[in-house]
Amino acid sequence: MNSIAVLNLGTGNLRSVQKALEHVAGSERVIVSSDHQAILAADRVVFPGVGAIRDCIAELQKTGLDDVVREVVASRPLLGVCLGMQALFDMSEENGGTACLGILPGKVVHFPKGMLGKGGGGTLKIPHMGWNRVKPSREHAMWTDIPTGSRFYFVHSYYAVPSSYDDVAATTEYGHEFASVVSHGNLFAVQFHPEKSQHAGLQLLANFVVWNGES
Amino acid sequence: MSLAKRIIPCLDVDNGRVVKGVQFVDIRDAGDPVEIARRYDEQGADEITFLDITASSDDRETMVHVVEEVAGQVFIPLTVGGGIRKVEDIRRMLNAGADKVAINTAAVFNPEFVKEAAEKFGSQCIVVAIDAKKVSAEGEPNKWEIFTHGGRKPTGIDAIEWAKKMVDYGAGEILLTSMDRDGTKIGFDLELNAAISEAVNVPVIASGGVGNLDHLVEGVKQGKADAVLAASIFHFGEYTVEEAKQRMQDAGIEVRL
Repeated sequence: MNSIAVLNLGTGNLRSVQKALEHVAGSERVIVSSDHQAILAADRVVFPGVGAIRDCIAELQKTGLDDVVREVVASRPLLGVCLGMQALFDMSEENGGTACLGILPGKVVHFPKGMLGKGGGGTLKIPHMGWNRVKPSREHAMWTDIPTGSRFYFVHSYYAVPSSYDDVAATTEYGHEFASVVSHGNLFAVQFHPEKSQHAGLQLLANFVVWNGES
Repeated sequence: MSLAKRIIPCLDVDNGRVVKGVQFVDIRDAGDPVEIARRYDEQGADEITFLDITASSDDRETMVHVVEEVAGQVFIPLTVGGGIRKVEDIRRMLNAGADKVAINTAAVFNPEFVKEAAEKFGSQCIVVAIDAKKVSAEGEPNKWEIFTHGGRKPTGIDAIEWAKKMVDYGAGEILLTSMDRDGTKIGFDLELNAAISEAVNVPVIASGGVGNLDHLVEGVKQGKADAVLAASIFHFGEYTVEEAKQRMQDAGIEVRL
């Protein structure tokens, strides 16, 4: 039987991710685990993140799950979500500068203060919170049946700046265009929360359940 | 701009049932929270807020089950407020499937709680709920004060100063209710909302007083709200969330349709 593992870093609410995956999974089993063997036995892995980056990276290193993530990316599809996307880069400005996993070249930065919205309306609020449009930069199996410009639910103050434009799979505008989705080989990572993005989010998760990586 | 303004139906829950009071007194039964949350999700609600108005701790347990049940079926953000007083209360609600918690009275009595909560769970899930009432007389400069206990107890705290302080302490969003307008159906206190929205750099949700769809439009345009919250206009079937969004879009406001 096929299975999907949700990486459990003990930090927060994984129930939403688990429930949304179960909703679209069909016969695939969804497990939430921090056990190396159980995660590496799964066909695909979701890396959700909440909270602050320093705690997230510290927990990955303490548990050895950082190496598990590297092994997953080398061998099967991995979906990074929110902090699970940011953690893949070289470093983040959060918590006074935090070294991350270095799987993708680039860094994670804070939205500049005092950004102005297009067409007036004063300065943009931080965190970037709510439903915003995601514009794919290129074709990918993960976009199947998701209309271009669909809205997904975001809540974040930091965003990724990939060094390689080839890694950008979609962009979103908030003050300026930023990389809201990155992909590289088996890896697909999103800044928004698919598990909270109603139809579009569930479709993305459904696509992940059948994606075999390396698009 | 491409970030949509949000419409948030609010469900006041008492012992597992949705109720809606008029100025916190006249309680009418409006139905099953899970069923209502599903209906709003289908209509395109951007988030759903549950306010637990239950008094006893036994009934708080009922709220945890409601959140669990909703989170298993409705895949949009869920906020839970009412009775959030300890770190443990937050953890339980987040584990049950809530994305954010709204802290109200506990923040007034112990502001450090907001700081502790934001450090532990992240600002993104900490909403500070502010109940404000106008205390300036006609002709004086506007002044609003914080009230607790469902609008019954004045605190002497200035609403704008309080909102700024709560953001400094880590609030990621402000849920702002005008106690003068709540349940009146005459529209938001737009001056209050604009004053707070301009004073802080986090999103502000306007609440209290919605009686028709134009009130929602005003809340965004004049009240400078990032999201608008309403209860009774949706509960009793006067309008659907979809109609509300259509009206906002027609008025030139960006929404998720």
